[in-house]
Amino acid sequence: MATVTVGPPPARVAELVARLKSGTAGNLGRALLGNRKAMAGSVLLAFFAFCALFPRVLAADNPNAEIYARGAAPSAAHLLGTTSYGQDVFAQLIWGTRQSLVIALVVGGLATVLSVAIGVTAAYLGGIADDLLSLFTDVFLVIPAFPLIVVIAAYSKNGGDTILIAVLVATGWSYGARQLRSQALSLRSRDFLVAAKLRGERRWRIIVFEILPTMTSLIVANFLGAALYAVLAAAGLQFIGLGNPSSMSWGTMLYWAENNEALQAGMPLWAIMPGIAIAMLGGAFSLLNFAFDEIGNPALRPVRRARVRRDP
Amino acid sequence: MSYVVRRLGFFVVTLWSCLTINFVLPRLMPGNPAIAMMARFRGRVNGQVLHALEIAFGVNTKQSEISQYFGYLGDTLTGHFGVSLTFFPDTVLQVVRSAILWTLVLVGVTTIIGFVLGTLIGMISGWRRGSKLDSILPPVFVVTSAFPYFFVALLLLLAFSITLGWTPLGFGYSNTDTIGWTWHFIGDVLDHAILPACTILITSIGGWILTMRNNMITTLAEDYVRMARAKGLSPARIMMDYAGRNAILPNLTGFAMSLGFVVSGAILVEYVFSYPGLGYMLLEAVQNEDFALMQTLFLLITVAVLVAVLVVDFVTLVLDPRTRSER
Repeated sequence: MATVTVGPPPARVAELVARLKSGTAGNLGRALLGNRKAMAGSVLLAFFAFCALFPRVLAADNPNAEIYARGAAPSAAHLLGTTSYGQDVFAQLIWGTRQSLVIALVVGGLATVLSVAIGVTAAYLGGIADDLLSLFTDVFLVIPAFPLIVVIAAYSKNGGDTILIAVLVATGWSYGARQLRSQALSLRSRDFLVAAKLRGERRWRIIVFEILPTMTSLIVANFLGAALYAVLAAAGLQFIGLGNPSSMSWGTMLYWAENNEALQAGMPLWAIMPGIAIAMLGGAFSLLNFAFDEIGNPALRPVRRARVRRDP
Repeated sequence: MSYVVRRLGFFVVTLWSCLTINFVLPRLMPGNPAIAMMARFRGRVNGQVLHALEIAFGVNTKQSEISQYFGYLGDTLTGHFGVSLTFFPDTVLQVVRSAILWTLVLVGVTTIIGFVLGTLIGMISGWRRGSKLDSILPPVFVVTSAFPYFFVALLLLLAFSITLGWTPLGFGYSNTDTIGWTWHFIGDVLDHAILPACTILITSIGGWILTMRNNMITTLAEDYVRMARAKGLSPARIMMDYAGRNAILPNLTGFAMSLGFVVSGAILVEYVFSYPGLGYMLLEAVQNEDFALMQTLFLLITVAVLVAVLVVDFVTLVLDPRTRSER
């Protein structure tokens, strides 16, 4: 009979993958692979990133060109129909991704840096420093974000995207700072921090290497929250007509759709699709939150094992 | 006691900061936008009213910025918010008073329901991690909370008002109704409030669930929870008194801010449903460049948040002994 060729049987490959996944370096990958919600979030985000980077690949039409039949129903040429100005809805949707995504990431990142810097520092330093920083946080916290944005937008008609981002960051960091401060405050009297202090570690070192790693999940949650907030606030502002009406974004699409009564006039996709896109981008950020409570907080894992042992 | 005094001090200082922002903002913008507003209304309102507005916004006035500032502070603190140009000759105060109850009832009640329900669901799903409830409810509501307020509002409006015709198209009550405490009118108001309320509930509850669930999971790993288990306490007691009571603290902080959004976050919902509350009025004021009304509404929303934060601070004082000893 034919000799059996020696090679890695399929079982060994699976074992290899499993070993890769279980390694310490594979923590992130394992959490993402093992968590379907996080997986969905990552895939969605990756898809939007692709749309933002290479819109031409998916939609060759010029999103602003008013050259097609007006208010056409979906067809092979226009997957989602056309607007009442004769623009291709699908092209607008794809090309609008970039602005929404950029605003979300930039605002999320900047706001998170601010929240961590102010919230954790306040909690750790305590005393007068805490009072002053908390007061500062409170001031920004009590200024309700959306009305303030509306008011500023009303004063500075057509302010441009830089003002939009600045205002969203200024109004978006305080919530996270307060949350992070509460958690850091509860960590303050923990043994490992007392030990670090007794070792004579410098303050910034304790904050960066002792406190922050234990708060990773909350920090990531804050980034995702701030990004989500930016997506929704920017879209809301554009929807009520306080954004730049000629910009290419989902909120602006909704504004024009609402202005032309797209829902009643038989072009529901013009209004529904940008809304779904906003919701999906926001949903991606929300779903990713699930992954990070497992990655960032080692305390979660023992609890899980304990539960499995108790109720089989 | 000193904690209470400090919190009250914060209240005053933050209120002052907000008043100052209100004063500075229009003056900070390139080409004071209030000038355009004044120009539009010249001749339509009487000179005295216009003059008061000019002082409030620093247009055409010989007063120094400092005396304008103190004049503004004094007027605002004594309730002299000026005249609404949109609803002239009504004062801003009269206009606001007609809108505030609508918002308080609709958004206030809805937010409290959302908080209580969301915290409970979050607590239970954090406690029974990996259970059926935990794998269905949080993800679903977390996704719905990512929906834009106005989009959910539009969808509900399209489905229930335009297509099915079950609910009215908008506004707070039917035009044919007389306002009063009759069962018929109350029913009518509820009829108009159901869609906006559902919108706010759908979009806000996910946040409470997620933060409460995450806090709960972190808290459950604490030694005192293990201790409680070792003592053989009933699971319900451990969940509520040991884990839940501690996990709720960050959620409470979030609630203070959200009560501010009670008035503000619902702006878009009120806009879509033409609901006659503060948010709708704010956008109306913006569209008409009625800056006196706009400023007052902004201030009012801010004060609402301030009061909420103060209330939560006192609740935290009761729930968290650490705030009593370490401060």
